[in-house]
Amino acid sequence: MKRVGVVVFPGSNCEYDALSAMEALGVTAELVWHSRTDLSGFDGIILPGGFAHGDYLRPGALARFSPVMDAVAEFAQEGGAVLGICNGFQVLTEAGLLPGALQKNVGLKFLCQPTTLIVTSNASVLTSGVALGQELVIPINHFSGAYVCDDETYDRISESSQIVLRYRDNPNGSRGDIAGLVNERGNVVGLMPHPERAMSTLLGSADGRVLLESFVASYVAA
Amino acid sequence: MVASPPQSLHRALGLSDEEFGDIKEVLGREPNHLELALFGVMWSEHCSYKSSSIHLRRLPTKGSHVLVGPGENAGVIDAGDGIAVAIRIESHNHPSAIEPYQGAATGVGGILRDIFTMGARPLAVMDPLFFGELSDARQRWLVEGVVSGISGYGNSVGVPTIGGELTFDDCYRANPLVNVLCVGALPKERLVLGIASGVGNLAVLLGSRTGRDGIGGVSVLASAGFSGEDGAASLDEAKRPSVQVGDPYEEKRLIEACLELLDAGLVVGIQDLGGAGLICGTSETAARGGMGMDVDVTAVPQREPGMVPYEIMTSESQERMVAIITPDNLEEVEALCAKWEIRASVVGRVVEPTLQPNGDRVGMLRVRNGFDGEVLAEVPAKALADEAPLYDRPRRYPSTLDELRDDDPSDEPIGSPNDDLLEMLVDPAWVYRQYDSQLFLNTVVGPGRDAALLRLAGPGLPHSSRGIAISTDSNPRWCALDPRVGTALTVIEGVANLACVGATAKAVVNCLNFGNPEHPEVMWQLSESIDGMAEACNRLGLPVIGGNVSLYNESGGADIDPTPVIGLLGVVDHLVAPPPGWNWNDDDTLVLVGARHAQGDREFPLGGSRWATRRGRRGGEITDVEPRTLKATIEFVASEVAAICAGATSDVTAVHDVSGGGLASALAEMTAVAGVGASVKELESHAELFSEFPGRFVMATSNVEAFTDRARAAGVPLFELGVATGNRLVIGSMIDLSVTEIAARRSGALEDALAAAT
Repeated sequence: MKRVGVVVFPGSNCEYDALSAMEALGVTAELVWHSRTDLSGFDGIILPGGFAHGDYLRPGALARFSPVMDAVAEFAQEGGAVLGICNGFQVLTEAGLLPGALQKNVGLKFLCQPTTLIVTSNASVLTSGVALGQELVIPINHFSGAYVCDDETYDRISESSQIVLRYRDNPNGSRGDIAGLVNERGNVVGLMPHPERAMSTLLGSADGRVLLESFVASYVAA
Repeated sequence: MVASPPQSLHRALGLSDEEFGDIKEVLGREPNHLELALFGVMWSEHCSYKSSSIHLRRLPTKGSHVLVGPGENAGVIDAGDGIAVAIRIESHNHPSAIEPYQGAATGVGGILRDIFTMGARPLAVMDPLFFGELSDARQRWLVEGVVSGISGYGNSVGVPTIGGELTFDDCYRANPLVNVLCVGALPKERLVLGIASGVGNLAVLLGSRTGRDGIGGVSVLASAGFSGEDGAASLDEAKRPSVQVGDPYEEKRLIEACLELLDAGLVVGIQDLGGAGLICGTSETAARGGMGMDVDVTAVPQREPGMVPYEIMTSESQERMVAIITPDNLEEVEALCAKWEIRASVVGRVVEPTLQPNGDRVGMLRVRNGFDGEVLAEVPAKALADEAPLYDRPRRYPSTLDELRDDDPSDEPIGSPNDDLLEMLVDPAWVYRQYDSQLFLNTVVGPGRDAALLRLAGPGLPHSSRGIAISTDSNPRWCALDPRVGTALTVIEGVANLACVGATAKAVVNCLNFGNPEHPEVMWQLSESIDGMAEACNRLGLPVIGGNVSLYNESGGADIDPTPVIGLLGVVDHLVAPPPGWNWNDDDTLVLVGARHAQGDREFPLGGSRWATRRGRRGGEITDVEPRTLKATIEFVASEVAAICAGATSDVTAVHDVSGGGLASALAEMTAVAGVGASVKELESHAELFSEFPGRFVMATSNVEAFTDRARAAGVPLFELGVATGNRLVIGSMIDLSVTEIAARRSGALEDALAAAT
């Protein structure tokens, strides 16, 4: 992957962190304002964390109407790699690019803490380079991170290996301990934990690297 | 002009008869209603520092690295590598007492604006919080509300909260304290000040519309006490509308828009609107520039119809800034603001100073009904902003203090040290888990440790491998016994905390939370406290680059204990590896670094300690520490840790400052975090377990011989405590507890107390 676009909605706040994680992996990344409608020239798109449009109504509910989201859907349709982190995951579910929804944490509190994730599928652009069963320490930082979906959806995503990351110790009440999810095609991934915050032992963990390295390598493989 | 007000109106606006006389003298005539109201807010205690100003002048403020000292929106130092760091601390005590969520939230919002006003991107927030005991249901409501407010606003606005303090004491039952500190960084050359210059330049109001919220926040709320004995609980429902309501999404866009305006070089000066709203922002910028300003009240976007000029000029509606721009940049400013969906309205013009009858040229602030319309108020900007009368209020040594000092808790029965220790342990994780502490990928040491440590990096900053460390400290128990020594020791405590993460202190900010300044005992405490801070700062060569004074923290005539909160900013020159933290390993040798005994009459003083206070013994003496040993100790610890941060291999495996709860608490906290117990030799007494005086550290080393040699060479006293081992913390014959029990009690203490049935 040579060039990654990081979408910025008003209220996004992890866009610079996503940029710096990409730069640490030697990838050129640039900010993409939410009014943009053309994503040509990008090899991958990241929807970063934050509070797009203030999370008013509910997280992602307004962001799905930002002009850039049609372009993101088209980009995904053409097989481009799309990664939604935290608020980005919420936006992807609201936009219908991933199934299910994220609701408030079971304790009704915001949670910023390290979690241990287990890689449960590597059929995704985020986990293709990681061994099944591998444990990764990556922080979460959200109020609405409890994944929910109906039984039918849950059975489908379980059987088709779409659940890519599960919490070892479920912090937020997520159904099936789901921390990260991919679409059927394997190119659109959302996760609540922040791999870009786990890029260096100086900051506590470098376990996010393997995930973002997979994402960055995915374009070549596709 | 509007008709002159009745004689008693000035009192309702918080102005004394003498102040009313001063205003008439300044104007050379009777003020009208609006003018009087403008003076009322600008000459309030909160805005004018009229009771504290003459004392604050005694603080040292100079240093070769100080770029901006006190009096501006924030203090700024040169941190090296072309990066300047801005820091400020404020209180939002009274609003939080009445409406904890919005009070705390808008406290965060306000301090962020002070930082980005200087051109700095806010990089981190810390929140020292003080409440009454959690056995009281109202306190639990306050804690939940304040923490949710900080979390809700801070996380959403996108600035990490990296630490703070949490203190419970009955003296805050009716007057909780919510202080907030913010640091930001900027490329040195982008530094901007809130100055209105250039005749014909425009004052553009950015951000939210102006509503009726927060009217009189500074004068009604922050510059008077609560009258009921239970403070805000009963009476002061009527003051609730004086609390502002925050919108972090608006603030986030405002931050980004303002930083882009500054990057693009589109503004001449910029100023946030906080306490006292538009009148404060316009009169301060005009006064600094020596200019006049015409403000058109009808040009101010309003949230509701029918607002009168007084309301528009003094509303404390949040998320607003005033930018001074040249007229030819207006279109670009408007376009940039439109991108960020930020309202931008030209509300003022910079005008020539007016020639007075006596020949002086004075910058007048004129409030007008339309730019060329009727003049509703006309007052010298400087008189409003800078010329409030200053008071040397009467001071008196408290008559009860000698008796209190004589009541030393050294005669208190020993009791059960095991139980005492367990009951003192509180892990604040329940609080800080609710804060985003990691945004911007800078947080090397986050909340819950001695000091926070950040990489000095951020969007738009030059590359640097430096780190900055921040701590906030207070010890009201010490300061109640001796505000002078107590405040000096609090500064030292902060410097010691920075040493634990390898940082050398560079600058001090302070938030002085005191009672009613019209009580001579409170003024004595304030004056003594400032002297103590000045002494410690002079001794350590530290400049004070900013501060905030919160007075009238009283309810029903009872003042809080003097609570100076000291914020310290330090620098680590080369940060490539995390400092050791509290995680010792099996078989490490544990060493007490620094003077083992206190300097005064008592080798292990218990006066002002948590141990004694918990038993209702608030008396005793506190003593200063021996300066030479102290300096050597702090420098030794800082250099040992700094070497580790720079990437050197070291035998030092853990460092923790001995503070609240004494040596026993420090050891227990390390035990809980490391998950490894310790076997510590018999100490001299239970007082040695729980005594609190600064300048001592517990360190763990894997090579005690080498460590001892280095400490000796540095002239630092050591006392070998024992060894890290097993799954119990054993201290001689006095403490014997399992690591599991310590960890469980500590981590559950806060949640259990908050969950207590009413």
